Amino acid sequence: MNLTAVRAIYTFEMARFFRTLLQSFISPVISTSLYFVVFGAAIGSRIDQVEGVSYGAFIVPGLIMLTVMTQGISNASFGIYFPKFIGTIFELLSAPVNFLEIVLGYVGAAATKALFIGIVILGTSAFFVDLNIQHPLAMVAFLLLTCISFALFGFIIGIWAGNFEQLQLIPLLVITPLVFLGGSFYSISMLPPVWQTITMFNPVVYLISGFRWSFFGQADVPIGLSLMAIALFTAICLGLIWLIFRTGYRIRS
Amino acid sequence: MPAIVDIRNLSKTYDDGFQALKDVSLEIEEGEILALLGPNGAGKTTLISALCGITTPTGGSASVGGHDILSEYRDARAMIGLVPQEIALEPFEKVWNAVRFSRGLFGKPRDDAFLEKTLRQLSLWDKRQAKVMELSGGMKRRVLIAKALCHEPRVLFLDEPTAGVDVELRRDMWQVVAGLKESGVTIILTTHYIEEAEAIADRVAVINRGEILLVEEKQALMTRMGRKSLRIDLTEPIEAVPAGVEEYELELAPDGRALTYTYDTSAERTGITRLLQRLSEKGVALKDLQTKQSSLEEIFVSLVKEDAA
Repeated sequence: MNLTAVRAIYTFEMARFFRTLLQSFISPVISTSLYFVVFGAAIGSRIDQVEGVSYGAFIVPGLIMLTVMTQGISNASFGIYFPKFIGTIFELLSAPVNFLEIVLGYVGAAATKALFIGIVILGTSAFFVDLNIQHPLAMVAFLLLTCISFALFGFIIGIWAGNFEQLQLIPLLVITPLVFLGGSFYSISMLPPVWQTITMFNPVVYLISGFRWSFFGQADVPIGLSLMAIALFTAICLGLIWLIFRTGYRIRS
Repeated sequence: MPAIVDIRNLSKTYDDGFQALKDVSLEIEEGEILALLGPNGAGKTTLISALCGITTPTGGSASVGGHDILSEYRDARAMIGLVPQEIALEPFEKVWNAVRFSRGLFGKPRDDAFLEKTLRQLSLWDKRQAKVMELSGGMKRRVLIAKALCHEPRVLFLDEPTAGVDVELRRDMWQVVAGLKESGVTIILTTHYIEEAEAIADRVAVINRGEILLVEEKQALMTRMGRKSLRIDLTEPIEAVPAGVEEYELELAPDGRALTYTYDTSAERTGITRLLQRLSEKGVALKDLQTKQSSLEEIFVSLVKEDAA
């Protein structure tokens, strides 16, 4: 294992993040505050409680998941697409590293950034609502797994993408709808029965439900199912990445 | 001494059926500078890419320092530095961070003193805190070389290192290359500036349409293939080549003021003394004489032409 190389990639990628630290920090703070103003104060004042939790607090886990998923994807996809775009990928391909080391470096950095932003949102939320996390360990585990698995997914998108439009396409067309319809801002039980059934096919539901369970001790789906869902998603992404490097798909002719 | 780069019947056929390399075999000795010459699309870059791991060869094998490039890619690649043809650098990164990254990526422990030495050698030390995007084209090319050198490779591939570089920088590059050779680095250089190969290479390999046409010591090649010409300027123009010197196959300039005699440098007797004697006997008055050695460029052009025929 060429750990020096992993660290080099990780440090290099994190440097990109630190160059724009202020933006990385301020934009989630502002957007979270806006969500609380709109959903918490304006709309939330008309919604009493959802499953015994104030609406403002209820949306916190969904909000964190929404951001962490999109950030994980965009950081990792950009991280590997950019070297392809500017041609510096040659150096990675000619270096004495294997796919695992490349993935560890890039995905590790992307997941770290997503985690950082998730924590910033959690901190910002504490200014607006009373949060009391019932299962802190499970919360951290869910947060970490989500950061990692969506960064893996983003890495695949970055390899696949042939241009900047394609880089935006999957997050915009697939992820955003899935996250919004995955119960970020509502409980599945609030939907009509038909939609409840349809929703069960949305993988994001399981992640948000599990994450919310770690906060409030209640969930739309059993917690075991949530864990299995995220493990399965991570495994699929890892398998795809292994295939990509095995075949050299879109990176090595 | 075993070759440091040993290429055996290496082939590369792309998915669309294009055969970029056909059974290329080549041995490169430790410490030499080999110039890989060939017209555009001859397969120079494909050969380098295959050796460095950027493309996967479809046939044959190759080793670097005794390590197979596929089964022992870690050991093989750790010995290789690659300077690509296109300038490809992360624009927002500082020069110092760029070279540090490269060293780490190749698994070498941090060594700031070595990086400083490398940057100084390439006159980049003053620019170490500059962002890559702020540098001129020539400076960016130096950064590429620094990145390739900062992990202490034993074999350096320079793919068209001086394409689009001004004359002064080109001379600087040659000096850098000479310095590297002195430190024992083996250098493989592709170029289509034959002047470059002529100036710095020990051996020359000519590649065309994916095949190696020839590999030879530069000096031997120039002597063997080289032709010399003797141009005789005349005081008074003449209308035809005088009789009695037919065996020299002289060429008369269109204005009748010069005769040209082309001869082989490797021939024992060139017959120049007798030619000049005969001309003066025929009453042709000589004004001036000049001889010219054909350059590597002319040799190269004639080789590639022959191959096309």
